[in-house]
Amino acid sequence: MAACTVLVTPLLYVNKQSSLFYYKACNIHRQCVTKKISTSVSRCSSQADPQKKSRPHELVGVVGLEIHAQIQSNTKLFSGSKVGFSAPPNSLVSFFDASLPGTLPVLNRRCVEAAVMTALALNCTINKKSFFDRKHYFYADLPAGYQITQQRRAVAVDGQLAYSLLGGRKRNQIQSRTVRIKQIQLEQDSGKSLHDDQRSQTLIDLNRAGVGLMELVMEPDMSCGEQAAAAVRELQLVLQALGTCQGNMSEGQLRVDANVSVHRPGEELGVRTEVKNINSARFLSRAIDYEIQRQIEALGRGEAVLNETRTYDSKSGHTIPMRDKEGLQDYRFMPEPNLPPLVVYEDRGSVPAGLLGAEGVVVLEGLREGLPELPSVKRARLVRSYGLLPEHSFTLVNEDGLMEYFEAVVKETRKEPRKLIGWVTNELLGHLKHHNLSVSKCPVSPSALAELLELQEAGHISSTVAKQVLGEMWRDPGRRAPEVVREQDLGLVCDSSDLQRVCQRVLDSHPDLVRALQEGNKKVLNRLMGLVQKETKGRADPVLVRSLLEEKTS
Amino acid sequence: MLGIHQIYGRRRVQLNIILPLLCRYYYASRTDNMLSTNVKTLRKTRNTPSRPVTVARLYSSNKHNSKVPKVPTWEPLGEDRIPSLPQVSSDLVDKLERLALVDFRTKEGLVCLERAIRQLFLRGDTVTEGDCAEKLLPLSNTTVEEYFVAPPGNIPLPRREERASMLKHSEF
Repeated sequence: MAACTVLVTPLLYVNKQSSLFYYKACNIHRQCVTKKISTSVSRCSSQADPQKKSRPHELVGVVGLEIHAQIQSNTKLFSGSKVGFSAPPNSLVSFFDASLPGTLPVLNRRCVEAAVMTALALNCTINKKSFFDRKHYFYADLPAGYQITQQRRAVAVDGQLAYSLLGGRKRNQIQSRTVRIKQIQLEQDSGKSLHDDQRSQTLIDLNRAGVGLMELVMEPDMSCGEQAAAAVRELQLVLQALGTCQGNMSEGQLRVDANVSVHRPGEELGVRTEVKNINSARFLSRAIDYEIQRQIEALGRGEAVLNETRTYDSKSGHTIPMRDKEGLQDYRFMPEPNLPPLVVYEDRGSVPAGLLGAEGVVVLEGLREGLPELPSVKRARLVRSYGLLPEHSFTLVNEDGLMEYFEAVVKETRKEPRKLIGWVTNELLGHLKHHNLSVSKCPVSPSALAELLELQEAGHISSTVAKQVLGEMWRDPGRRAPEVVREQDLGLVCDSSDLQRVCQRVLDSHPDLVRALQEGNKKVLNRLMGLVQKETKGRADPVLVRSLLEEKTS
Repeated sequence: MLGIHQIYGRRRVQLNIILPLLCRYYYASRTDNMLSTNVKTLRKTRNTPSRPVTVARLYSSNKHNSKVPKVPTWEPLGEDRIPSLPQVSSDLVDKLERLALVDFRTKEGLVCLERAIRQLFLRGDTVTEGDCAEKLLPLSNTTVEEYFVAPPGNIPLPRREERASMLKHSEF
């Protein structure tokens, strides 16, 4: 990770209209002006100083994301069939989902609430009246030949997502960034197609057809894969906290398409390509970086970048053009004739009298009050109440359930949270990752860990021994720390005379080291301490040993 | 949208508008044959939507198996569960008349219009349908192990070198 930065110039804001034009409204094939490009590669930096400007002739990447988040609800957006994962093929399909004639859409209130809650969490302006439209295109997994979406007026517009990049070698430099959200709209999902190349056919499963999606369109405010991955990670946490989407990219609950182009800072935006089929945040970062690189190299060779859709191949790490999505697509948008406008009310007072009793009303006031604690608020609270460093709060909030675990341990021990955090984020998390477990499946309960750390704090065992005991407790979940310590006789040896004898023995057997120490080589002391610890099987109190050794050799 | 009655209930079947349109091409009464259908019979059917109909396709030897239910399947809801009628100004009515070429000036016409533009109904999040794979799969000619079958799609384009050899091998 190195080199250059993104430059957001005033010109870029003036070009906002043209950028929106490129990035959402229309696919226009544009030739990028090719100039002499400098040889150094433009890469994204997380240590970037915002004030630093990149060299004016270098190409930088511009990335805009289109995210489809599957709404977590019991039923689909316009029909009453169940939403589920891994059900037998075509078993969760109603007549409307199969687009049989004579069926009509009926909107699901939970989906509207989910979209509105997400919009409120991302500081969007909610459109009190929004419209549904039909977007026509032919594909086997879209049985109706059109998708019901919101093109004229979406449910929410103009929001912001704040995310942070952890930079530096130790990942402790926090760089806060925001990305603007152009709009959030409700739309239908299509079915799933499985390609059987051997028999030259595609198998269609309509279980997913009709499931509600929230499409979040982001402005092209990012410049590299790392920023995009961080933004998506933050969005996942927000959606999971709200309960509107489970945010699992590998299961297809969160689908991200990246619009990538390159340009010189201050100039017009270049031709964009769309990268699809990205299954994780890591692949997203790699795909975007590869695509930026590819476009820069293509322009360097004098070729033009084509406005096309490319798919990401995770095995090779390359993006490959896709066949069916070439060229300009005319979606023939038309208002959905079967659905009147969707109206959302600000508070109960503004709801017309006839509607108050009916269940079909969405009121913003209630939803606003009911919003749960968002990740950014959680982090701020952790830093404030426990005096933690920001990067620790990131680790705690990132891992599902770790924050609750940490708070439980804090409650049961006298140990300072700052000292405790190292145990939780390094030792405990290390064990969890090694055994590929989630926090909910952790074999060591918070009280057991608290007990162990109490022993260590009180001076009964050293920290190395404590780590050893933790390993023991992990292997055998029923056993508690004091039991293990007693059984294996791991308690700290504090008895002065005992220690004195051991120290003397070590010093006597290594006269050369003693001489080196007396001549001024302080590092030898550590070696001597190591030897003493080996003799006592790590049970010696290090502070005491050090003072004894120093005393004896002075 | 005009002329569609939003019939109170869960299912809104647009018999009033669709049936007469279809009837112009398809309708045959039990005694008449296709060619003797006349306008009078059409008008009669418009006012009695609940009469069962048999439909035959022009020049088709198969008997048309209509999926449209023979009797209405909706449940009536009370007036109190429906949002109140919005007010439609006379300017708007004039504009609509011009656009749709439909006579609105009667009171019935206005009532019909107002009922058509009621509030969007939002459904609760409970599972009420689905699990009918055994009814859906037979509708398709070919199925493979409970999947529908379609021609191949979304294949990445071959690179230039491969394309030359592909052209050589393919038949044209």
